[in-house]
Amino acid sequence: MPAEVYLNVAVGGVLAGLVYGLMALGLSVIFGVVRVVNFAHGEMMTIAMYLAVVLFSAFHLDPLLMLVPISAVLFVFGYALQAGVINRFITRPEHSQFLLLVAIAIIMVNVLLIIFGPDAQNVQTSYSYDSFQIGALIVDATKLYAGCAAIVVAAALFAFFRYTTLGTAIRACADNYTGALVVGLDVHRLYALTFGLGAACVGAAGVMLVLIVDVTPALGPAYTLLAFVIVITGGLGSMPGALLGGVLIGFTEAMAGLLFTPSAKSMFAFAILVLVLLFRPQGIMGKRAA
Amino acid sequence: MIARLIEGVPRRTLAMLAALLIALIAAPLVSGDYLLTVMILILYFAYIGQAWNIMMGFAGQLSLGHALYVGLGAYTAAALYVHYGIGPWIGLLVAVPIAALAGAFIGFLAFRFRVAGVYFAILTIAFAEFARVGFDHLAWTSGSSGLFLPVAQYTHNDLWLLRGHPVMFYYVILAATALAFIICRALLQSRVGYFWLAIREDEEAARSAGIDTFHYKMVAVVISAGMTSFAGVFYAFFYNNLFPEQVFHISRSIEIILGPIVGGIGTLFGPILGALLLTGLAETLTAALAALGVDLPGAKQVFYGICLLLVIVALPDGVWPWLARKLGVRERKS
Amino acid sequence: MTALLKVDAVSKRFRGLLAVDRVSFEVPEGSIFAVIGPNGAGKTTLFNMIAGVFAPNDGAISFNGERIDGLTPDKVCRRGIGRTFQLVRPFPALSVEDNVIIGALLHRPHVETARERAHEVLRRLDLYDKRAQRASGLTLPDRKRLEVARALATDPKLLLLDEVMAGLRPTETDRMVAILTSLNRDTGLTILLIEHVMRAVMALASRILVLHHGAAIAEGAPEAVVREPAVISSYLGAEAIT
Repeated sequence: MPAEVYLNVAVGGVLAGLVYGLMALGLSVIFGVVRVVNFAHGEMMTIAMYLAVVLFSAFHLDPLLMLVPISAVLFVFGYALQAGVINRFITRPEHSQFLLLVAIAIIMVNVLLIIFGPDAQNVQTSYSYDSFQIGALIVDATKLYAGCAAIVVAAALFAFFRYTTLGTAIRACADNYTGALVVGLDVHRLYALTFGLGAACVGAAGVMLVLIVDVTPALGPAYTLLAFVIVITGGLGSMPGALLGGVLIGFTEAMAGLLFTPSAKSMFAFAILVLVLLFRPQGIMGKRAA
Repeated sequence: MIARLIEGVPRRTLAMLAALLIALIAAPLVSGDYLLTVMILILYFAYIGQAWNIMMGFAGQLSLGHALYVGLGAYTAAALYVHYGIGPWIGLLVAVPIAALAGAFIGFLAFRFRVAGVYFAILTIAFAEFARVGFDHLAWTSGSSGLFLPVAQYTHNDLWLLRGHPVMFYYVILAATALAFIICRALLQSRVGYFWLAIREDEEAARSAGIDTFHYKMVAVVISAGMTSFAGVFYAFFYNNLFPEQVFHISRSIEIILGPIVGGIGTLFGPILGALLLTGLAETLTAALAALGVDLPGAKQVFYGICLLLVIVALPDGVWPWLARKLGVRERKS
Repeated sequence: MTALLKVDAVSKRFRGLLAVDRVSFEVPEGSIFAVIGPNGAGKTTLFNMIAGVFAPNDGAISFNGERIDGLTPDKVCRRGIGRTFQLVRPFPALSVEDNVIIGALLHRPHVETARERAHEVLRRLDLYDKRAQRASGLTLPDRKRLEVARALATDPKLLLLDEVMAGLRPTETDRMVAILTSLNRDTGLTILLIEHVMRAVMALASRILVLHHGAAIAEGAPEAVVREPAVISSYLGAEAIT
């Protein structure tokens, strides 16, 4: 195989990986603050994907333009979910939280199934088959747009946590739950906000992913798993780690699909996960607990 | 032996258990094929739930990858039967050690490297996924195209080869479930059971009370994995077909653990009650939607999800602890 | 009397911070030995090194004439050292009796013999009547005694007590002191305690070690130690002596 093929696949993998990274960023933010593992993460993403599909097929609204509105919808959805249900579960044991989110995921998948049916749907934009050529490198336009948008959204989220009062309050909450209560922060509201932000992230990722892959209701669980793999690889709770993990996994899957067989590619992602868990359990970018 | 088994069990509990057992033994006499299949399914989930409960409910290790042990058991016994004509009971002698070894391997890695909690759960998913993709590409078991056991019209029930009428399968899984219940009770009341509870409650405190937590967690995962593999052997010979995509899928692992969580984690009756409620619920929903003429794929699962949600919100410890209080029976430890 | 526990020039560093600095002392068999010092003096670190939570960077710890530094907590316990935690951690969902049975099972293969031992220990610690209660429902003084009971049930030769008096009211403190005194007197149990409550220390200890900034600044009989100027200025303050 010519060397360009490897390069093209690698770059494609990295760009898709950025979108994965954004999806995982949502999971990481939620876990880092609320300490709840969102087992319905991939399912929330499929909701965003279907919103993009519907808006496109009904009104010809380009998914990239719908990025902000759809993320906003997911934010509200996530906020409501946390405020309405999950907040009651934050002091419950892990298996109890797990069951709750599995129940939510089951409902989401099947509501989508009732509304949209089991068949794959996608978005055919005017630029669906465009590509850019830089020397020997050929990049799909959709992947390039999606990757860039992922970076922009992630940067906005970094800025929010770094430079706004609200972001700082949320970080305080994550560092020290009791301390946050003591200084009078409304922890439940901050948790709801965080879950909303996590949902908005995965929503944005979904909107971009719809440019790259077809959506079915059953897509959710696989992406939930993928998000776990990425987040643990990058370091649970670390925001740069999630993006980096996404890129790493995206790259690995793309190369594994090329060098071995596409059906075995998830095996490599899991191999990385196992190695990271065993030898660097805090993740690539995570801080080691004292 | 029997005297030791029922020692310390309150009269009232004993009477209820005896009634339940008699009802279960007599059930095939009055139930049709459909009901029988449903009951097999309930007992199947009760059995695996019991096995999973040893790890999570007793020793506090959240495994989300138990489909791995089901699959290993199923594939080992089925492949031995298909390729060499080796019957399931001999197959079981191979399947149990293989599953136990897989459990030991995962447990060793996780517990040596201090992978715990959510991380442990995700590690177990990872290994189940490995197996799924691996078996997809394993030619010896026909890869993703599936492994099929020869099916024929059987004139008589062959218990040795597990070929025959569902009634036979019903009694096999009933016996297994009863045995699993007895084993779990014995374990819970033994030294190792106490040590497991200590580890579940507070691992550091357990260590400082002199418990070699690594050792006892290994014991838990090996027993749980070994027991679970029998369910796989049963599955293979009951359904006669195996696909990696189905057997090892994460949704199978989740299905396995819903019962004990809904029923009441760490209790002996929880897995049984949970299996009854969830399987019963699913079948009732199917029947109810069919009666209403609703033919929507997904509708049943939506109701199922809502019911799960309501149960976990209303009864955080599961149904059994609540029901036990209502019935006036008590399990000493939970 | 021979030394049951011998701590020899033990040091522990955490990322450059010297938490324990070449501390040496010996706990004679059958004695009650107290380690006191202000917060952050390295008491709990010292304690955790003896209990096997972490290994010292330098020095040696011997118990019964054998090196135990670097052993894991469960191995240390099996050698005969029982411990309690500063923030109590009984097994919350289990009954008081089961908590203690778990300790007693360490050297007993059968649950029934362990139960007998547990009852014995529970009676000694005034918890027998509460044996069927869930540990999480106990009051703080009861939970503190439950911790002692669980450690005691493992048949230790040496009992390490990490601030068992902290947070107790004076009557509860006296009760604990009485229990520990009688344990020491009746069974010859050696006790090493870290304690802030001087009232209890003075009533119990036959020897005191004072730690300050990780180093031992005084050691000796209680009456002598509390009169040492270094101890008064660094820890006790003038008003505490009387």
